[in-house]
Amino acid sequence: MSERSTQELQEIAKKIRKNILAATTEAGSGHPSSSLSGVEVATMLYFGGVLRHDPKRPEWPDRDRFILSKGHAAPLLYSVLAEAGYFSTDDLLTLRKFGSPLEGHPNMRRLPGVEASTGSLGQGLSIGIGHALAAKVDGKDYRVFVMQGDGETQEGQVWEAKMFAGNQQLDNLTLIIDRNRYQQTGKVVEIEDLDPLADKLTSFKWEVTEIDGHEMDQVSKAFDWARGVSGKPQAILASTKKGRGVSFLEKEGNYHGKPVPKEELEKAFKEIEAGLS
Amino acid sequence: MSSRQMGPPTRDAFGERLAELGKSNDRIVVVDGDVADSTRTKEFFNQFPNRAWNVGIAESNLVGVGAGLAAAGKTPVIASFACFLLCNAYDQIRMGIAFPGLNAKLVGSHGGISPGEDGPSQMAVEDVALACALGGFTVIVPADSESTKALTKAMIEHDGPVYMRTGRPDAPAIYDTEPDVTLGRAITVREGKDLTIIANGLMVAEAMDAAEELAASGTEARVLDMHTVKPIDEDAISKAALETGRIVVAEEHFAHGALGAAVAMVAGRRGAVPMAFVNVGDSYSTSGQPDELFKDAGITTADIVAAAKSLL
Ligand SMILES: Cc1ncc(C[n+]2csc(CCOP(=O)(O)OP(=O)(O)O)c2C)c(N)n1
Ligand SMILES: [Mg+2]
Repeated sequence: MSERSTQELQEIAKKIRKNILAATTEAGSGHPSSSLSGVEVATMLYFGGVLRHDPKRPEWPDRDRFILSKGHAAPLLYSVLAEAGYFSTDDLLTLRKFGSPLEGHPNMRRLPGVEASTGSLGQGLSIGIGHALAAKVDGKDYRVFVMQGDGETQEGQVWEAKMFAGNQQLDNLTLIIDRNRYQQTGKVVEIEDLDPLADKLTSFKWEVTEIDGHEMDQVSKAFDWARGVSGKPQAILASTKKGRGVSFLEKEGNYHGKPVPKEELEKAFKEIEAGLS
Repeated sequence: MSSRQMGPPTRDAFGERLAELGKSNDRIVVVDGDVADSTRTKEFFNQFPNRAWNVGIAESNLVGVGAGLAAAGKTPVIASFACFLLCNAYDQIRMGIAFPGLNAKLVGSHGGISPGEDGPSQMAVEDVALACALGGFTVIVPADSESTKALTKAMIEHDGPVYMRTGRPDAPAIYDTEPDVTLGRAITVREGKDLTIIANGLMVAEAMDAAEELAASGTEARVLDMHTVKPIDEDAISKAALETGRIVVAEEHFAHGALGAAVAMVAGRRGAVPMAFVNVGDSYSTSGQPDELFKDAGITTADIVAAAKSLL
């Protein structure tokens, strides 16, 4: 599906990772580890030919939609949008600063390419369903992609949405659950286990696939698979690591809501460049 | 922000006092929604793991579980960010707690626009209005860490549903030591005869600074720490109207339905009392440092001074 090779996509992913760290460290706050876990998925969407979009026309009615439901991963969304050309990559360093449209969490009224204002967890899938229903009713062929956190999946609204999407047979809707196994205060399995997650979704009339969310080829195949499903919404359960690409973030496991200290930034960049993890 | 000496955030003082109270009162239980490190209920979790539950990221369930604990005779403290607690679980609060009038304590951190860089989705600028609209609720907005400790104790001792808002950043110190507090009774933190500034939360510090500035130009402003928005201290407001003739209300909240409205409802009964209102208005804030956002929203010391002068 992609015109870019896996290696080219991996190079873009490295750039995205570095921009996530640069922006959050400059801001002095934010959620780099939550952003890093979704890099391959977001890279594939925007640069692997999955998402039909045009940075010059962010309001194009026939565009595919990507909704970042886990809004605290805003640096991930901003980094891919900037790299794709929605705005300048220089703007990334204004993250969270007064006057910047790159607010701490995505604001659809201030930044082109942001499809939904998020930051209160659990709401993006329902909004995605609204877009998907509108496509059906208008006879349009655009698709809707939603990325949700695994902790976020504990929200009740998420399950109301899943039941509805299944019953509506919304095959133009793809949900990616970023299963990095951690939430704010600890491990998902210890706080409120989701498993058996695939079985739950299947019983809600979804098609499900489970992948390694850092393996570019698996991510690519999963999106191809999703496109081929008819009559049902699709869920991609992406096993990921919070802080992926930076050893000292990965090692801590969660590293939730903290930027990388300025002194560590170069080291982190080197690790990302070398592709260590 | 205020030039006064900084103290710890009100959320810290709440968490510290809550854990202390847990020692002598084993009816206190805590439910939190994956944010115990932010709300500062974490210390209670550490000390009383058998009386504390993390329900995950699920605010409706959080409040419902708290309602059940209250109905079973416990004194639940139900904690999350103020915005998620009030806005995400409002009907659960209404049906589970307000309607049956249960003895549950809702504590929302990150009140107002002072969460700063996190941006509007994490800020609560509607929470006080929402809580005031609930039948039978007592609504508290502490000004600093010392008063938060006293108000946390008063909240637990009070029999009935309470909402208390705490804040994220360091709070300027208003009180050197823990003040005597009574829910529903304002604290006069500065005497004055020319006008009264009624404030709560971080705006008490701004009001104190404003009073000092006004004093320099010969205007003596009374300052009331109106820590309880509901039930409001009608006597203190009536006295302010009668004795000082002018009232400025300052709060870190949208214009509608919170402290300003509560004060105006009482002052209005006194006949014509010129009033001015300093608040976040009617539009959402953005990301930035709290002092930048206060300036942008028009809720700084200078804004209070200007509001006061408009009444003179
Ligand atoms: C409704 C709501 N409740 C609580 C929060 C606070 N919060 C921000 S991030 C987070 C953890 C999210 O975990 P997960 O969805 O697994 O995302 P990750 O950071 O692991 O990618 C929490 C509880 C929130 N933003 N929204
Ligand atoms: Mg997670």
